[in-house]
Amino acid sequence: MNDLIDLDAAPALAAPVQARRVVILPLLLFAIFALVPLAGLWGSQGFVLSIVTRIMVLALAAMSLDLLIGYGAMISFGHAAFVGLGAYSVAILSSHGITDGFVQLGVALAVSFVFALVTGAISLRTKGVYFIMITLAFGQMLYFLGTSLAAYGGDDGLTLASRSTLFGSKILKNDIVLYYVVFGILLGAYLLLRGIVASRFGRVLRGIRENPVRMEAIGFAPYRYQLTAYVIAGMIAAVAGCLLANQTEFVSPAYASWQRSGDLIFAIVLGGLGSLHGAIIGAAVFSLLADILSHYTEHWAMLFGPILILVVLFARGGIGGLLGAKS
Amino acid sequence: MTLTLALVQILNGLQFGLILFLIAAGLTLVFGVMDFINLAHGVQYMVGAYFVAAFTAMTGSFLYGLALALPAALAFGLLLEVLIFRHLYDRSHLDQVLATFGVIIFLNQAVKFVWGAAPLNVPIPDALSGTIEIADGMLYPVYRLVIIAVGLGVGLALYLVVNKTKLGMLVRAGASNAAMVSALGVNIRLLFTIVFGVGAMLAGFAGAMVAPILSVEPGMGDNVLILAFVVIVIGGIGSIRGAFIAALLIGLVDTLGRFFAPTLLKLLLDPSTASQTGRAIAPMLIYILMAAVLFFRPSGLFPSKQ
Repeated sequence: MNDLIDLDAAPALAAPVQARRVVILPLLLFAIFALVPLAGLWGSQGFVLSIVTRIMVLALAAMSLDLLIGYGAMISFGHAAFVGLGAYSVAILSSHGITDGFVQLGVALAVSFVFALVTGAISLRTKGVYFIMITLAFGQMLYFLGTSLAAYGGDDGLTLASRSTLFGSKILKNDIVLYYVVFGILLGAYLLLRGIVASRFGRVLRGIRENPVRMEAIGFAPYRYQLTAYVIAGMIAAVAGCLLANQTEFVSPAYASWQRSGDLIFAIVLGGLGSLHGAIIGAAVFSLLADILSHYTEHWAMLFGPILILVVLFARGGIGGLLGAKS
Repeated sequence: MTLTLALVQILNGLQFGLILFLIAAGLTLVFGVMDFINLAHGVQYMVGAYFVAAFTAMTGSFLYGLALALPAALAFGLLLEVLIFRHLYDRSHLDQVLATFGVIIFLNQAVKFVWGAAPLNVPIPDALSGTIEIADGMLYPVYRLVIIAVGLGVGLALYLVVNKTKLGMLVRAGASNAAMVSALGVNIRLLFTIVFGVGAMLAGFAGAMVAPILSVEPGMGDNVLILAFVVIVIGGIGSIRGAFIAALLIGLVDTLGRFFAPTLLKLLLDPSTASQTGRAIAPMLIYILMAAVLFFRPSGLFPSKQ
């Protein structure tokens, strides 16, 4: 699979200096996230909070995709579909009066589990370019399903009556509470994924990334490991979808469109593949870049596209690579 | 009555499928020969449509517009190849996907910048604007029949070139083993450029042909691109024959599905639920079809790589 993923994308844990960086950078990131609400002291809290909340939600989805692309060499181009599933789980249940956050989360997890299992089981039978395209097609399938759900807004999307409730209380209405809920989930997911990639399962997954034939020869069935990773990544992205719906109080099929899947891939490549915190950095830079460019011109995409191309052509290893977090 | 209605839908599906074929043909060859995944192939279709709109407005004639749009689309495709794509052939698929995604983002905005966000209309040329009676009382637009005829003609020409000429032989050889062809002394870069240029022009041609019956707008290439991907995945990457069959299959299933799904479901469900479920299921049909094909044949119906 060397042709799919650069070998140097592997996280280097060997050298002690790099090992320290692998700890320091994420610590720094999460410390910054934890302190952002203090921006309220300067009076612009609402604006900053909503931007950083969105960044963290995007980071959560991007991180789950990093498990697939960075660690598993499974280039899924339909990952936004899972975000859409999560978001619609919240919106549809809430439109029927079920606003309990835990029920919504449970449904989102169950639905994304089934969708990931079925589409993953079919997609993983294919390899390389076929895999990219089949995940893309499954993502679009969900997108078109969303646009034809006339009862739930169809193309136009659906505005939530209110954010999810926790234990019957509308505590998430407070933006700071929502912020720290997102923060907590991002931190939890980061630790979970760190644990997963360091575990035996993660090592097998990385082994399959480097050489599936050899892994098979020493007695591992790649398919099962890849499918498990696919399901885990899909479910985490669905959690991101739940949070996104709560943050924007609105869902639309556009959440699941292939352009959003492309954004997620861009974010993790920008931040550096296969390091998890690279996905967080990438998501932050991506969002801020889009915000800043759109502030200056309505034709910001004409700048954004070329930046993307230049990053691919010249900044191999992404920002994480520049920061030296990898060999 | 239902029978003639079905005939109209079959013709529509055929026309849609042939347009898809024009796009997918270039995509599958570029892919098969160069192992290059080009997401920007859809914008080539959009650019073709914009070119014909601009040139038709300039010259006042669709035919002149088309005659100018074709070389323009070819030149544009080659420009992209030289500027960007050429640097991506040796890169990973992930890099190719991302960089060409960047091209899409840029061009979707660029056409808005140049021509405005509002859809453009291209008038159907007067000589082809009439309708023809295909069955008693059933009228069908001549222009759509022209698209079908042209699509079939191009398909036949492609078939002859790919299967009967030396160039076609090299293309087929390149699709099954590019490194070996290069080792035998063929200038593979030149072959790449020719294949790429022809593919870009075919996509632009497809865009130009549908410009009079669709609105020309930013992003019009995106959905077509996904459908073209579905086509080449089903047909088998690198296979013109596969692309042709899969394109017709997708065109017919999609068109007929949208038309018949609500009607068929009415036999099982009450009318309002049926029409709602039907409309929800119809756009998913082709993806289900693709999943089914790939489940049984993971490299498509006519894989060209050995």
